[in-house]
Amino acid sequence: MTDITAQSAPGARFLTRERIIKWTPLLVLVFLVLLFPFFEWLEDFGAGKEHMYLADSRFFSIRNAARIFIAATPALMVAIGVTFIIIMGSIDLSMEGTVSVCAVIFAFAFIGWGGTLASWAWLAIPVALLVGAALGFINGLVHVRLKIPSFMASLAMGFVGTGLALLLTGGDRIRVEDELFRSLLTVRWFNFPIMVYVAAVMLLIAWFIQSRTTLGRNFYAVGGGEELAHASGLNVNRVRIMGFTLAGVFFAVGALLAVGRIGIAETATGNNFMFVSITSVVVGGTALWGGIGGVWNTLVGVLIVNVINNGMVVIGLPNFLQDGVLGILVILAVVLSTDRKSVSFVK
Amino acid sequence: MYELRQVDKHFPGVHALKAVDFKVNRHEIVGLVGENGAGKSTLMKVIYGAYQPDGGDVLIDGTVVRFQNPRMAMDHGIGMVFQEQSLILNLTVMENIFLGYEQQFVKLGVIDWKAMSEAARRQLAKVKLDIDPAMTTSDLSFAQRQLVELAKVLTLEERIDGDLVILLDEPTSVLAQEEVELLFSLVRDLTKRASFIFVSHRMEEVLELSDRIYVMKDGAVVDVVAHDGADKDAIQHKMVGRDVDKEYYREQKQKPYDEDKVLVRFDGVSSGNRYTDISFALHPGEVLCLVGTEGSGREAILRTIFGLETPTKGQVTIKGETISRFTAQNGVKLGVGYTPRERKIEGIVAGMNVYENMTLSQMGNYASAGVLKVNEEKSLARTWIERLGIKTPDVYKDCGGLSGGNQQKVVLAKWRSAGADIMLLDHPTRGLDIGAKEDVYEMIREMCAAGVGVVLVADTLEEAIGLSHTIIVLKDGAFQKRFDGKPGSKPSLYDLVHHMI
Repeated sequence: MTDITAQSAPGARFLTRERIIKWTPLLVLVFLVLLFPFFEWLEDFGAGKEHMYLADSRFFSIRNAARIFIAATPALMVAIGVTFIIIMGSIDLSMEGTVSVCAVIFAFAFIGWGGTLASWAWLAIPVALLVGAALGFINGLVHVRLKIPSFMASLAMGFVGTGLALLLTGGDRIRVEDELFRSLLTVRWFNFPIMVYVAAVMLLIAWFIQSRTTLGRNFYAVGGGEELAHASGLNVNRVRIMGFTLAGVFFAVGALLAVGRIGIAETATGNNFMFVSITSVVVGGTALWGGIGGVWNTLVGVLIVNVINNGMVVIGLPNFLQDGVLGILVILAVVLSTDRKSVSFVK
Repeated sequence: MYELRQVDKHFPGVHALKAVDFKVNRHEIVGLVGENGAGKSTLMKVIYGAYQPDGGDVLIDGTVVRFQNPRMAMDHGIGMVFQEQSLILNLTVMENIFLGYEQQFVKLGVIDWKAMSEAARRQLAKVKLDIDPAMTTSDLSFAQRQLVELAKVLTLEERIDGDLVILLDEPTSVLAQEEVELLFSLVRDLTKRASFIFVSHRMEEVLELSDRIYVMKDGAVVDVVAHDGADKDAIQHKMVGRDVDKEYYREQKQKPYDEDKVLVRFDGVSSGNRYTDISFALHPGEVLCLVGTEGSGREAILRTIFGLETPTKGQVTIKGETISRFTAQNGVKLGVGYTPRERKIEGIVAGMNVYENMTLSQMGNYASAGVLKVNEEKSLARTWIERLGIKTPDVYKDCGGLSGGNQQKVVLAKWRSAGADIMLLDHPTRGLDIGAKEDVYEMIREMCAAGVGVVLVADTLEEAIGLSHTIIVLKDGAFQKRFDGKPGSKPSLYDLVHHMI
């Protein structure tokens, strides 16, 4: 009935709500990057040691940045996958199971087919990606065809995945010691290992999908107005299934990088990805009800989470505090990004 | 007893109530009639406290009162029986009856269910409904729920000292004939306990039940007739009596349509109980207007053409192709465009920008192998922004931030640019200001000139008459009459209303 005539005059307000929400995550990241060196400085100052702010920081150094990036890359891949799903207004919680299965199947295939990238064993990489896609596809089918809410369908699929991984390995760890494959971690260009560049390329691909393909556009349409997407003749169910499939592929890339990082594939490879990736997406500013956000938000979110983890280690705070801080951060992020005036009931 | 004096209510751009005088006497049933948008629902909301009037007074027994919210109105004896029922279906009948007023049954922090059940039974007896108060509400029939709703409102009787005024908003719209008669005899019986305000689209029922009838038009009360002096025709004349400005609806641009070709044909089509046995044909260049009250089946027919609703009987043919699978994708493929009434839900995606919204239904044309040609999208958007005069700073503007009229133009551009030649317009001018409305009328004429067939559900009857070549009047899902609307020999408002209600 009433129409909102919100034709803002050009340059009317600089600090609009949208702008604040858009840039807050990045500001938080910059703030954190400057905060931890400050603690270091404070400590040395208290002990009477000479310490130049930033320049003498252990946290604010290339070496530590590489450490943060290495820790962040697998999580970034998983978080990008789930970003697409959250843009659609759904959620995917199957990442832990999917990552474990992909990692384990990759390791078996890799070792079985020669054990080095220089042989046919490289085929294990596309196989792992296909497995990820297949799991995501099944996940999407269960969600769409059986009409099970995505969080439940994917959570259940995640458990199935974890169980499957355990079945395959029997609880063993599989070592992947091929030097060529491990060069993902060991070979460094400009101080950063190859896996960081791989992740960067995948991030660009994800950005391309998000902004330049019909699929990416469809994700936003479904998240922004599912009724409308339907009334515009989009096959919403197909978009959903493809979204989950795409997420599965990114989970598989995350699995490969995780194996490359520690050289071991096991059931536990997938552990902790759920909390970290969802936290990252939300902290980065992608709205849980869909339609808003994207992969750059997720990059910022992943960095925030990893900077906090790393920084707390550097300044010597115990582990359990880190989880607590991250939890509070999630709540803050959602509080900031929700327009509570327009939401009357939350279930 | 209950009285409104010179009550005014403004909304942005609309003067919804104009100095309305309204009075309800003790033990009286007052009817309220008017066209859609005449101000009936605004008036009701003022009465039960959901809106506060901008001017004028509300009086109860001669004292001025001011309700901040419906709860306050209830404490003064004003109860509302909602058209869309307000019962919570997964609760029991008694819980619903005493929702929000459970305190009276609480002992030591625990609800005494037995006492509540007995109290509920007493309330149900007032409406002569003999059911177990512990039943889950969803197990009741629709008519029974309506009575429970009434029983809930009647609990006011025990809670307050003064007299009761109960509003009934379209209480009969979903009831069968016997149920209606039952409800009416009950209401007459209940006048011992309360006064009633009865709002309905069905003129016969209002005439039958009401002691006095208020007739509203354009936010004002145009007449008050007593039961004995009431005459259906006279009332209908008063509801619509207005002159139509031919210029306004671009009547001079109305060209005859192409009778040889048929775009859409309905042959005895029915869809559940929403509409039955509908037949018509839409030709290129024709504006076919479906006229009827809310729930007469107009929207359901549009949704069937588009493919959002599958009919249960009959045959739908679009451009010579008999439709067997009803999906929106199929509709889009056949060149059907749909601008829904709720722009925010089915019209535009807020959060997506202008060009993204425009290509949403035709992304395939702007992509190769799934990769979008964003530059072509933008130039398409620029072309249409210019062509339709869409007021937006640039193509990157979030559509949610555009005004209603411009949003509507974006939706029309979306379908027209995709080559749709069957346009379904559901209240295309709803919520638009006059200038934006004229733009939409202009666009409709242009589309017709380009050979597009338009099925229109208009916001007002004048609009329907002014714009259409053909008018089909519907009532309760059934075909009533077909009018030809050639310029100069258009049907009058009265002709239509006569068949509508």
